[in-house]
Amino acid sequence: MAEKNKLSIISMSGDFDKVIAVFTLASGAAAVGYEVTIFFTFWGLNSIKKKTGRSFIGTGFLARFFNFLLGGRKSLPLSRLNFGGLSPILMTGMMEGKNVATLEELFDASKALGVSFYACEMAMHVLGLTRDDFIPEVKDVLGVASFLELSKGGQTLFI
Amino acid sequence: MTFVKAKLHLEQLEPGDTTDILLTAGEPLDNVPRTATEQGYQVLASVHVRDNIHRLTIKKP
Repeated sequence: MAEKNKLSIISMSGDFDKVIAVFTLASGAAAVGYEVTIFFTFWGLNSIKKKTGRSFIGTGFLARFFNFLLGGRKSLPLSRLNFGGLSPILMTGMMEGKNVATLEELFDASKALGVSFYACEMAMHVLGLTRDDFIPEVKDVLGVASFLELSKGGQTLFI
Repeated sequence: MTFVKAKLHLEQLEPGDTTDILLTAGEPLDNVPRTATEQGYQVLASVHVRDNIHRLTIKKP
């Protein structure tokens, strides 16, 4: 049996628009039969936190404060013209109005289509986050060497 | 994204079931039947409904 095509995405940005790109590519590739892996690191980890809004999570005062400012998937800022968080709300409304999948729909579709989520060990350590701070769909916590092994033989994107 | 929605819907079907999917002309109408066929689904019909809307009938093997 032929091996499946592979797509690995390194999700580093915590910007709303870039996270949409991550999940659009991931769900689209999974739907056409690719084996898709997303490696979330630094601000990218915000999109797989259990707490989707702003909350004091993490170990240590600074980490808790930092994670509050960063927030979760429902408080991601637009990379430009964020207007204090108003733009992502407007953008989501525009997407719904034009029958384009929203971030939540893309995220749910990615999960339903079997996209594999992995969290970056080093970034978790820096941000004081543990496995329990993430959604249960996160398969594992990895370092660079393990991610490279997983992505070997496929295409890799950095967003 | 159209095929993502279509694929999620097709996965819910039982083997032998058929379903209708409405698609707009252009990329969705090119992509969905081609990819569905590649994945083993059977495209039974593609009918122009109105304006740029087409109805695709697909059977799950």
